Amino acid sequence: MRRYSAFAIAREAFRHHLGWERAWASPAPKSRYDVIIVGAGGHGLATAYYLGKNHGITNVAVIEKGWLGGGNTGRNTTIIRSNYLQDPSAAIYEKSRSLYENLSQDFNYNVMFSPRGVIMLAQTEHEVRGYKRTAHANALQGVTTEFISPDRVKDLCPIINIDGPRYPVLGGLWQARGGTARHDAVAWGYARACSAMGMDIIQQCEVTGITAQGGKVTGVQTTKGAIGCAKLGIVVAGHSGVLAEMAGFRLPIESVALQALVSEPIKPCMDVVVMANTVHGYMSQSDKGEMVIGGGADGYNNYTQRGSFHHIEETVRALIETFPMISRLKMLRQWGGIVDMTGDRSPIISPTPLGNCFINCGWGTGGFKAIPGSGWATAEMIAGGAPGPLAAAFGLERFREGRFIDESVAAGVAH
Amino acid sequence: MSTRLGTGGRLIDRTHKLNFSFNGKRLKGFAGDTLAAALMAENQMLVGRSFKYHRPRGIVAAGAEEPNALMNMGRGAKFEPNQRATTTELCEGLTAASQNHWPSLEYDIGALNQYAARVLPAGFYYKTFIHPRPFWKHVFEPIIRQSAGLGQAPKDRDSDRYEHFHADVDVLIIGGGVAGLQSAVIAGRAGARVLLLEQTAHWGGRAPVDGVEVDGQAADIWINNTVQALEAMPNVRLRARCMGAGVYDHGSVLAYERLTDHAPQTDAPRHRLWKIRAHQIITATGAIERPLSFAGNDIPGVMLAAAIRDYVVNYAVSPGDRTVIVTNNDDAYRTAIALHHAGLMVPCIVDARPTATGALPEQARALGIPVKTGTAIAKVKGGKRVTGVALCQQAGEGSVTEEIACDAVGMSGGWSPVVHLWSHCGGKLNWEDQGQFFRPDPARAPISHDGNAFVSAVGSADGHMLTQAVFDSAAAIGTEIATRLGRKVATEPVNVTGPQEQPLVPVWVMPQGAPVEARSKMWLDFQNDVKVSDVQLAAREGYESVEHTKRYTTLGMATDQGKLSNINGLAILANELNARIPEVGTTTFRPPYTPISMGAIAGEARGDIFQPLRRTPLHDWHEDHGAHWEPVGHWRRPYCFPRGEETHAQAVAREIKATRTSLGLLDASTLGKIVVKGPDAGRFMDMLYTNMMSTLQPGKCRYGLMCSENGFLMDDGVVARIDEDTFLCHTTTGGADRIHAHMEDWLQCEWWDWKVFTANITEQWAQIAVVGPNARKLLQKLGGGMDLSASALPFMGWAEGKIGDFDARVFRISFSGELSFEVAVPASQGRAFWDALHAAGAEFNATPYGTEALHVMRAEKGFIMIGDETDGTVIPQDLGLGWAISKKKDDYLGKRAQERAHMIDPARWKLVGLETLDGSVLPDGCYAVAEGVNANGQRNTQGRVTSTYHSPTLSKGIAIGLVLHGPDRMGEIIEFNKVDGGVIRTRIVSPVFYDPEGEKQNV
Ligand SMILES: Cc1cc2nc3c(=O)[nH]c(=O)nc-3n(C[C@H](O)[C@H](O)[C@H](O)COP(=O)(O)OP(=O)(O)OC[C@H]3O[C@@H](n4cnc5c(N)ncnc54)[C@H](O)[C@@H]3O)c2cc1C
Repeated sequence: MRRYSAFAIAREAFRHHLGWERAWASPAPKSRYDVIIVGAGGHGLATAYYLGKNHGITNVAVIEKGWLGGGNTGRNTTIIRSNYLQDPSAAIYEKSRSLYENLSQDFNYNVMFSPRGVIMLAQTEHEVRGYKRTAHANALQGVTTEFISPDRVKDLCPIINIDGPRYPVLGGLWQARGGTARHDAVAWGYARACSAMGMDIIQQCEVTGITAQGGKVTGVQTTKGAIGCAKLGIVVAGHSGVLAEMAGFRLPIESVALQALVSEPIKPCMDVVVMANTVHGYMSQSDKGEMVIGGGADGYNNYTQRGSFHHIEETVRALIETFPMISRLKMLRQWGGIVDMTGDRSPIISPTPLGNCFINCGWGTGGFKAIPGSGWATAEMIAGGAPGPLAAAFGLERFREGRFIDESVAAGVAH
Repeated sequence: MSTRLGTGGRLIDRTHKLNFSFNGKRLKGFAGDTLAAALMAENQMLVGRSFKYHRPRGIVAAGAEEPNALMNMGRGAKFEPNQRATTTELCEGLTAASQNHWPSLEYDIGALNQYAARVLPAGFYYKTFIHPRPFWKHVFEPIIRQSAGLGQAPKDRDSDRYEHFHADVDVLIIGGGVAGLQSAVIAGRAGARVLLLEQTAHWGGRAPVDGVEVDGQAADIWINNTVQALEAMPNVRLRARCMGAGVYDHGSVLAYERLTDHAPQTDAPRHRLWKIRAHQIITATGAIERPLSFAGNDIPGVMLAAAIRDYVVNYAVSPGDRTVIVTNNDDAYRTAIALHHAGLMVPCIVDARPTATGALPEQARALGIPVKTGTAIAKVKGGKRVTGVALCQQAGEGSVTEEIACDAVGMSGGWSPVVHLWSHCGGKLNWEDQGQFFRPDPARAPISHDGNAFVSAVGSADGHMLTQAVFDSAAAIGTEIATRLGRKVATEPVNVTGPQEQPLVPVWVMPQGAPVEARSKMWLDFQNDVKVSDVQLAAREGYESVEHTKRYTTLGMATDQGKLSNINGLAILANELNARIPEVGTTTFRPPYTPISMGAIAGEARGDIFQPLRRTPLHDWHEDHGAHWEPVGHWRRPYCFPRGEETHAQAVAREIKATRTSLGLLDASTLGKIVVKGPDAGRFMDMLYTNMMSTLQPGKCRYGLMCSENGFLMDDGVVARIDEDTFLCHTTTGGADRIHAHMEDWLQCEWWDWKVFTANITEQWAQIAVVGPNARKLLQKLGGGMDLSASALPFMGWAEGKIGDFDARVFRISFSGELSFEVAVPASQGRAFWDALHAAGAEFNATPYGTEALHVMRAEKGFIMIGDETDGTVIPQDLGLGWAISKKKDDYLGKRAQERAHMIDPARWKLVGLETLDGSVLPDGCYAVAEGVNANGQRNTQGRVTSTYHSPTLSKGIAIGLVLHGPDRMGEIIEFNKVDGGVIRTRIVSPVFYDPEGEKQNV
């Protein structure tokens, strides 16, 4: 793999950029791999990457029914934070955030991780108490956060309206080291690094069946033929229920469309990410200048990756209250992604009832930020056959035992 | 130069002059002009700078597809960035300024980027700015952000109004060109309820500009007659300046009407958002011309050929004195002919096709316009304005055969149907080789709830580029849809006369063999600076999926959403991948069709009416008495009633003291009140609550708990049995709607055969808690004859009767630990009752108290509060509420869940009281630390605070919390954390701090 750098670009400029090699190969599937990962979203690719990097397993295929990064990884609003309440969540999201800090250098591809800071607004007394609790929990979890005053909120984000009238800002939970990253680049960077390790990323190839013998997985059926494997990782987010059915088990997952939109680009006016959970909306400004806006998920189960309108209306309303200046901006485009929601809104990283078959799903509305940490933990589980400390609490058995990891206390919307 | 012609201009009114300004320059135009037309008439072709390289940008198009002419417009509270000059109607006093440059449009420092263009190819930022790590955040990113971004950010609160409209129609027709009008006539005559939308201010679309004759007359005549006929039909509504923005599931459509953008002085909402339910949708959205890719095609003065025609015919504006036309089809000849008729010079028509022998080329030749076939533009010359073109063979590599001086170029690469609205909700497309475009595939139309197609395309939007075919398709689809709706149709044939056209020849790069130097000067996306070479680079680097290419290069991601660039980019990509264009496929079309204002999306609901504000009957009294409000759900409740200079803490202390020593009054009207009624009500109540409710006697109250299916405590409250069949359930204020929905969910989905009805009657009653040692005295003083003595109405009893003149239900329940009566009167009597209580209570110092006093008093008593002691992870057993869980019942919601391993684990955190050793108040939300760290290096914990207050009654901090094995550890001292890393030593005590024996409430 040829390294990327300013010098490489300058060198290529002389040849009109005709000498760049492919970022990732486009191989035909082999008949068998040590590990097959289904789903080339961020989580699937990161799992493959850390299988190679941390565990030396490189005879790996990542199988993707569409184009890599085309699921939620390429549709999300890219908020990265780790100010979660419950210990297991804080551990994996903080691991993830800290991996994000060095990701560009790690795989020599600029993912534009921008630790610009995230504020979660407190607009009711109840939220004030909730965020103060999170700040205390974070202090013990090694996550740096701070409960800040309304004036500090205004300083950090001058376009915000802190005076109501309906929900004056009473403070906020501030994570200075949270931020955003460029979603496509995360998928592409992982894909390029996996490909460089000799892994096969097979796009336009849908897994249509899972084969097993004696309670153990033996391979997958795909639109490009049968492919054998010793271990299988299912990492398909919104389509997890479909794959689980192929593997013969059921999941406590519902799939719904989550809505997002962007405005037309304007000059920089907002340097931080702001989430307003009482009114239900959040916003940040992309490097292109678009205001990136998200809100609620549709109230009905669905597999179509399409925008719907009612939530857009609510979200935009909420954000005009919070940022009155956006009233005269225009919505450029809206879209939806299918998110995989568990009962406690926390992910699943787990062995499954089928031997040697592992699953990573349930990241729902907030798994972009988790990509590196989740890949790390899932790779550890697949390589070792059992979950390590980061994944331990996220096993499927928690639903049977009632050992929920409920974050909804801390935030109405968990992006 | 560009100028206003001496005569002509279909749409302008030369008698009505308008003043406007551009970048501070005072200019003039006519009523009927678009801003773009007026700018061009004043020779202002340079109107902006591109996104990445800050290249000079001129007007390219005449409609919604314009990528370049974006303006900062207006001032102060009416300032708005990124307004498209081509769709902005000129009005008196309009102020516009160009965007994305510094210090000025003519001299932009950022334009240095274009000299570095070679080192800034597609995706360069992914390959660099990687080291050193902190530089991305602190150096590179700020520079990139500043140079990107187009328009200025508005600063002020928007002073305009917006509104929403709802409509239900049989047929919604989007697009008011001849196809839309013709379909509307047919559907309208058939009696269907029709809504016809047109995004511009004018009906008829392109036909009048293209010189079409309908039924032997100029198109304008047919259009005017048809519009008049439609306006006369009561079942047809026409809306101009109204764009179909998005098509959603089941025939739901969003439309965006711009009411006063063209007349800002009018006192009316600025935009109106239509939410339309349409049984059938016809998209008659026309087609958009494609640019051609040749070196320098982005230099100001290079325009779409049909746009040039629009400016000449509609606004009498000539883009240039000498205009070269470059094309691969016959249609562009119309522009040459129109220019000629307007007396303007067309030095030549450059046609990439080997021959051009159709009627239009022949007509052009007959007018003396030179036609050069098999020819291409090798390069456009000029910087901020075209100065000439160099020609070459289309089949070659670009060696220049000739140079021609000109100041405008009209290009046409053929037309693409506007398929956006068709595609929004899943309509699929077919590739049409003849015209080289994607068109709707009627066999794969968007499908509604009933499995039937609900969108059809007509006219050019369906790929018909000749006007006769446009009319025919509109008639056919109009008829089909009216018939589908069960209506009788009578159509009259419409006859169009116009020249026949010869097919185009696909030309995606000009010349065919252009070397890479030339390809890196051929723009595909003018706004985002994406060139042919960029798409080729993306393909070379493996970004092969159209979505990858789009995202890697940013092709089609500009504010025009790729209306001009998409097909051209796809063609380049397909060529690079050796694939056919339909194999590459399109990117997804996402709503809205063109950007719509956030203001319109939000509609009326802003400021005070952003959300419904629920008011109790006593709301105004609270307001008048200085209540400090706290939002609770959609209600606002008084947090406290500060008097004079009092701080909130002082007010709360006073309210508590008055209540505990004499008499307090609380507006409890917001508490949820849900009636559960029917023969199966008892059975239903037993399933809803953990307690046994079916045995509750009429006249009695019981405190009950409700759990989710997962066993977690979700709400609590007092249940009163009204009669054998009727229960009244009190819920928390925030829980009322949720709990009512929860009840209905179970009744409708699971127990649909149970004979139970529920009704949320929260707002029917005003409820006032009369609390304190003098509570009974006050009520007795009001008279009315009810026996309120401890024996007649004991604790946890309720009675109905008169208090004074008021019809009352009196519940003897207490959330404060004092003698307390909660009195409910019909909402209409609420305020009078409250006043009566105050009047009669003066001698007892009757004091209104707010939510904070309520919270502190309940904490002093160790009563739990939903949302404080519970957080979705807590079960009643954790809270010492095991007594409220019936052991006799077979089942209740949450029972099975509460038997799971983790729920019965003895090592759960349980409710206790907490007191700091120094009497201070524990911080909100702190955790009890334990020894060591867990496997992830996090500090171990053994509990947390759930409620913490200063108790004015006890003059010290009190708290309740959940602690591991807590109730077994009374008296033990543990440490709670502070955010600064310190700890607070705290003793575990009983959670009941005040009146543990309950002597006060049971009197
Ligand atoms: C609108 C929106 C906003 C969001 N905002 C945020 C945010 O701000 N911050 C945040 O942290 N998270 C956010 N999220 C959530 C985040 O996007 C997801 O949690 C995360 O991207 C999931 O990644 P993934 O790799 O698990 O799934 P995906 O990226 O969806 O990848 C799954 C892949 O599996 C493939 N697949 C499915 N079935 C098959 C099959 N049978 N065979 C082969 N391949 C298959 C799919 O094509 C897909 O590429 C948001 C999500 C949405 C939709």
